[in-house]
Order: sequence, then C-alpha cells, then structure tokens
Amino acid sequence: MNQILEVKSVSKSFGNLVANKDISFNVNKGEVLAILGENGAGKTTLMNILFGHYMPDNGEIIFKNQSIKFGNTGNSISLGIGMVHQHFTLADNLTVLENIIIGQNSLFNITLSKKESKEKLNTLIEKFGLPINPDAMVSDLSVSQKQRLEILKTLYQDCELLILDEPTAALTPQETESLFKTVRKMVIEGLSVILISHKLNEVLSISNRIIVLRNGKIAGEKITNHADYKSLASLIVGKEVSYPKKKKNTPKGEFLRAENIFYRTEIDLDVKIKNLNLNLFGGEILGIAGVAGNGQQNLAKLLAGHAKPTDGKIFMEENEVNLFTPKNFMDLGIAYIPEDRNKDGLIGDMSIWENTIMTEIENQNISNKFGFINDTFSKEKAERICEINDVRLQSINQPARLLSGGNVQKLLIGRWLNRNPKIIIACQPTRGLDEGAIAAVHKMLLEARENGNAILIIGEDLDELISLSDKISVIYNGQLSAPLYTDNLDKLKIGMMMSGEGFGND
Amino acid sequence: MINFRLEERENKSFWMNVIAPFIAIFIALLISCFLILLAGVSPLESYKELLIGSFGSRNAIAETLSRATPLILTGLAASIAFKAKFWNIGAEGQLYAGALAVTFFGTGLIELPTILMIPFLFLVGAVAGGLLLLPLVLLKNYYKVDEVVTTLLTNFIVILLVSYLLEGPWKDPMSLGWPQGASVIDQGVLPQIVARTRLHLGFIFSIFFAVLIWILLSRHIVGYQIKAVGFNPSAASHSGLPVLKTILIVALLSGGMAGMAGVTETAGLKGYLTLDLSPGFGYAGIAVAMLAGLHPLGVIASGIFLASIYVGADAMSRSMNVPSYLADVIVAITVLCVLVSLVLIQFKVKLLGSSK
Repeated sequence: MNQILEVKSVSKSFGNLVANKDISFNVNKGEVLAILGENGAGKTTLMNILFGHYMPDNGEIIFKNQSIKFGNTGNSISLGIGMVHQHFTLADNLTVLENIIIGQNSLFNITLSKKESKEKLNTLIEKFGLPINPDAMVSDLSVSQKQRLEILKTLYQDCELLILDEPTAALTPQETESLFKTVRKMVIEGLSVILISHKLNEVLSISNRIIVLRNGKIAGEKITNHADYKSLASLIVGKEVSYPKKKKNTPKGEFLRAENIFYRTEIDLDVKIKNLNLNLFGGEILGIAGVAGNGQQNLAKLLAGHAKPTDGKIFMEENEVNLFTPKNFMDLGIAYIPEDRNKDGLIGDMSIWENTIMTEIENQNISNKFGFINDTFSKEKAERICEINDVRLQSINQPARLLSGGNVQKLLIGRWLNRNPKIIIACQPTRGLDEGAIAAVHKMLLEARENGNAILIIGEDLDELISLSDKISVIYNGQLSAPLYTDNLDKLKIGMMMSGEGFGND
Repeated sequence: MINFRLEERENKSFWMNVIAPFIAIFIALLISCFLILLAGVSPLESYKELLIGSFGSRNAIAETLSRATPLILTGLAASIAFKAKFWNIGAEGQLYAGALAVTFFGTGLIELPTILMIPFLFLVGAVAGGLLLLPLVLLKNYYKVDEVVTTLLTNFIVILLVSYLLEGPWKDPMSLGWPQGASVIDQGVLPQIVARTRLHLGFIFSIFFAVLIWILLSRHIVGYQIKAVGFNPSAASHSGLPVLKTILIVALLSGGMAGMAGVTETAGLKGYLTLDLSPGFGYAGIAVAMLAGLHPLGVIASGIFLASIYVGADAMSRSMNVPSYLADVIVAITVLCVLVSLVLIQFKVKLLGSSK
C-alpha cells in the first residue's frame, strides 16, 4: 500500500513525565487509523507532535517522503496535515467563510477575493457532504456544525492527513453517524484519517487499523477486522482491574431536601434550574445522569452553597438553610468535590501539606487563637490524611501540581472525608483518571456510603453511575426526574430520558 | 536562528534565589556602563562617585536610609497586594491620602503626648491609605472593574485634591505664599535618630513593619489565605476560605503601608504637606517589590538599594556632570535584569541547536 506518514521512534517527556516513548507507526493512503488509550496514555501529545505543536526529544516523522519540521504548525499545515482539536479553534465573531480564509490571507487585504474562496468552499461542501452556510456567523453554529467547519478548514488547506481528536465527545448518535459518513467519503477520495478516541465501539465501526497506547508506549496494534471489544479493553488497561462492589445497605434518615428550586442568572453558561426537587438520605448514593450541559453545574453549585436559588428552599436535617455561602454549607456538613479538580480543587503552586489542611484551617490545632499556623502539627496531619487515602508522593513539601490526577483526587476526597461530612456532592469524580485510580475513588465513595454519608454523584458515564448508585435521577434542560431504583433498572429508558423523553417543554 | 526551550528546574536551590538578584544587579550595572560611556565619562569613576554619594559618609548613609524609608513602605504595599494578585498600582495616591490624614489630624486638631501622637499619626495615615483602596476592591469584586485602571486613576484624583487643598483651604498662612500645609505639631514630628541628619524614626518603623508583614505572610493564617487566593481564588473558595475577606485585608494592609509612607514623609522628613512630597515613591515601590521577589525582608534590602542609586546618582551627576536621570535608567535596567533572573531561577534554558 501507499504509505503517506511514517513515525520513527518518537519520544517526548515533560520533566520527569514520559509522555511518549519510542513510538513508531505508519499511516497508509486512504486509511482510517484509530489511536486508542486512556486519558494520559499520550495520545494527544503524540498528535501535537505530528501537527507541530510540540518538539519531540528525539525521533523523526516522515510525511510524503519529507521530514517534518518540528514545532512549526505552519509547516505541518502547508505539507498537508490538518487537525481538528477537541476544543475548537474558531473565531466566534467571524463568518464561516472568514474563518476558513483567516489563516491564508489577511482579512484586511483589499484584493482578497471572497468569491473565489466561496466557490472552492461550496465545492468541498458538496463533495464531502458537510452542509453549512458559508455566510453564517460562527457564534450561531451548533457544536456539530462547528466541527464541520473545522474539517472544512483543513480540507480547504488541501490537507491529505486529517487528525480528529475525540471528535464524537460532544455529538449525539445521529451526528456521529453523519460525521463517520464524511470520514468514509474522505477515505474514498484518497485522504488518510487518524482518529483519536476512547470509545471502543466507534473505533471498531469506522477504522481500518487500531493502535493502542498505554503509558506513552505502543501496547499493541490490530487490524480492525480481527479485533474485538474485550481484547482491546484489556490492551488499553494492561491488566484486569477489580472494582469494588456495592454492598446492601439500609438507608438512614433524610439529610438534605431541596424543594421547588429555581435558579437563573444573566451571566450563566449553564441552563436554568426549573422546579427542582431532591432528597438525599444517609447511607445512600443518588446518581444524576444526563448529557453534559443540562444544568448539572448549577445543581452542584446550589447544593454546595456557591449559588443562591432564585426561588425554593433547601433543608438540611429539617432545618431550612438561609445563608448560601460555601463556608456555611461546609459547616453544615457538606463536602463538595468539584468537576475541575485542578481549577477548583487544588492550588498547584502551594505545597501538598498546605493543600491538605486547607479545609481544616480553622482547626484549633492547626491555627492557634492568634491565627498563627502550627507547621509541625499541620504537616503531621497532612501526612496522616495522605497515608490513609493512599496519596502517593515523594514529600509533603513538594508543590501539589506534581501529583498525578488520581492522587490529586484521592487527596481532595480524603481531606473532605477527614472533616466527617454528612453529605458528599461529587461532580464527575473519576473523569480523566486511570482505571486504578477510578477503582480507588469508587472505593472511597462506597465506604463513605457504608459509613452513613448521603452522597450525590453527577456523572456522564451511565454504566459507572448505575454500578455505584442506589437511585438515579435524570437531569434534562434544568429539570430533574423522580429517582429510579438501580436494581432492575431499564437502561434504555434512562437513555431516552437523557434525550428529553418524559420532560415537559419548559 | 538559535532554538531554545525553557524547562522547569526540578530542584530549585535556596541559594540561587538569594544570589540571583545580586548577579542581576551586577549585569544591570554593566549594561548601564555603556550609557555612562555615551555621556562621555568614565563608568568606574562615576560608580565610585555614586557609591561615595550614597554610602561614603555618615551623612550620605543617613540620607540614603531616610530616602529608603518611604520606598520600603510602598515596596511592602506592592508586595502584599501582588502576592494576592491584586494589582494595586495606586500607592502614590494612598501615600498622599496618608499625608492628608496627618495634616488633618496632626496640625493641631488633636494633641497627644509624643508617645501616643506618633503611633496615632501612623494609624490615621494607614487607615486613610487603606480606606482609599477599599471601594476599589469592592468595585472589582462586584462589578469586575479592573483594579489596575481604578488604582492608577485614583492617584490623579488624590493628587489633584492635595493640590486644591494646598492652594486653597489648607494653605498655611505662614508659608509666604508657597502651596504647603500647616506644620505638624511638635509632639507629632518624628525625631531624628542620627544627630544633625535627616534620618528620622520613620526608618525604624519601616523596618518594624517589614518584619511584621514577613511574620504575617509566612506564619499566619492571613498569609496562608493571601497565598491561596493569589494562586487560585476559585479553589480557595471551594475549600471554604473567605476570598472576599482576604482581599479586603490585603487592600487594608497594602493601602495602609502606602499611607504610612505618606506619614513618614509628612511628619518625618518635611514636617508639613507639600505638592512635591513624593517624587514617585508609590511607583518606585513596585520596582522595590519586584526586585525583592515580593519578599518583605527583601524589600528592606531593595528599598535601601534603590534609595542609594537615587541619592548616589545626585552626587554622581554633580561631580561627573552626567544627567541624574541615569538613576532612573539604572533602576529600570536593574528591575528588568532581576525579572529575567527570576525566570532563570524557575527554568533552565535548553539549547536545541540551530534550526535549518
């Protein structure tokens, strides 16, 4: 077959972290190559090297018999490599057409012929089945339309190798199917596609060949026709991971009740919360399922005291809550594990011990009545918390940003558990973690449940939610369904509810 | 073209932090040599004159330290604020607010014995500086108004207010027509600490506050909160730290330090408020803080260093006939060199060979 790209023993490390080690593979003309791997396996780093964002420490990449100049995206683009990033790189205040020509010519160029560009664009739209209005403002486009535009942008620049980084993450099943149709057309036209994903089913349906990355190294390579779900899964993880099992538990009394909550703000990205009712019981996990962006963030903010409902009441153990501050909710016994642990959880530039005692700063042993901090006691306390929760570290004094994602999450959950909270609000507690850390987080949450905590988990992975939760409610467009017990749960029904079935139109 | 890349150092040594500013200052002086050469005189001679002018005699040392006094205080003001990523560049206005407070309370309105009068003047000066900053913090917190803009513009408002008061209602009738305020009463004047020089008690106060701020920032819960809010306000609030309260404390401390610089100048150096009370001490304080890496004890050293350049450059310009503006140039180059050195402490430069 006709080889278009050859990667020769590429390695890349960031400080001590080896992101890619000795990676070699090739891509043929007219082929879809899927790159699979967990978060942190090195997929994105590898693609950023290919596209010219990063400089590899060593190795060589040959594209169309030409060596790629590293660290120069302009060079990669002009050679014919295009990349559609997971987070789009579009200018919202320009039209579709302007976004396409923005990198090619200056928009202030008087001689710029938009007409010619438009003709070329329309041909591409026809040829690859990517319907879009060239004169529409990008800010008015939907997520899938924006993605189409990103693909068109690369095609317009005569790309021959297209890199798609997690393209289906924000798409509905129908949109995914239409994207794959386009990919098939592109392959027939002789283009090559590298697809980065962690969704096994999609990879099996669209790719010709699969490469699995693990810990920065190639763990295996398979022809898609000879691959199956199970063998790929074990290749990705590298070992069998045992997940803790949920035990039978009898729920205790009601810890928290939210009554007819409404919430909206003018400057809000998330949807409004409408007439939401919710009860949390001790020793029970309530899972909140839903497609991202249906009000989950606001729900979490409301229950953790980061926002005040515009209407409605929250009761904790039958007492109405009147003061909506994070501090007050903490004092009432709420522990909040935020979705973005690096932005809202950890302070990376402070030491591990300083981060660990952050929620305990008012403890009399940590700061005395004049407000002076007792370093010795604080460090011992931090050591203890880290040890109990299996946070792996070299020194308690090192900056917290050196911890891996799993250890960060164990530290964050651990320091909250140390306060003996009554209620735990966990948003996407396992997002982006490796399988071992996921199992550890599950264990921590299930243990807290056995100790009688009331727990709310907001998640996107339905299977994970079902395995952890006692009950599941679905959130859709700011409305919350009544809870369903997870024993004998109809998964199909939950899926339908996630796309809005059973909810009124506002 | 030479390709290079910055890589974070894995173990940052403590000594590198201490030595780096000195190397940076040395390099800055080397660069400044060229400018002195352009002025047509010998750099070595000039630096000698500069050194003699700033440290060469009892009087010179006293003059340098008395110039360092307001610089240390405004340097502390910038250090505290910048630690919390609150970009207070209004120390100049806060300094004048402190001076106004001293003139209001200290020229006869309130009379106390010296031992109480001096702390009282420092207190009202600090409160005035802090209160000036407070509404700006609230504007930032509730309406997201950028503090760089508001603190800078407040400087002009305060300075024009001073100008109005000194030309009008507060003008001292005994001043023979000069725009200056009434003299601070004798009990409020900061006494000399070296006889027959201008060095006054304010210098001791500035050292005392630097130590106090250092203890507060490194050992106290307030310092911990300032650090947390400065690095990541969102995470701090998610962990239950009082973010707004912390920023308010920062504003009061920062404005307070700058206000006290106004106290030392009004009640110490001059004895009364004038329009030229500060030749930009508020802005120079930013350079002092940067030079010190925002460390309160470092502020003492860098304040004295900057003062010595300013004082010494005057002497240099007199005897070598070079413009005294060289002092500003030397200070600016020094700050730039120190900032570069801070980057090099954090990161090492890895050469990647020249590209094709």
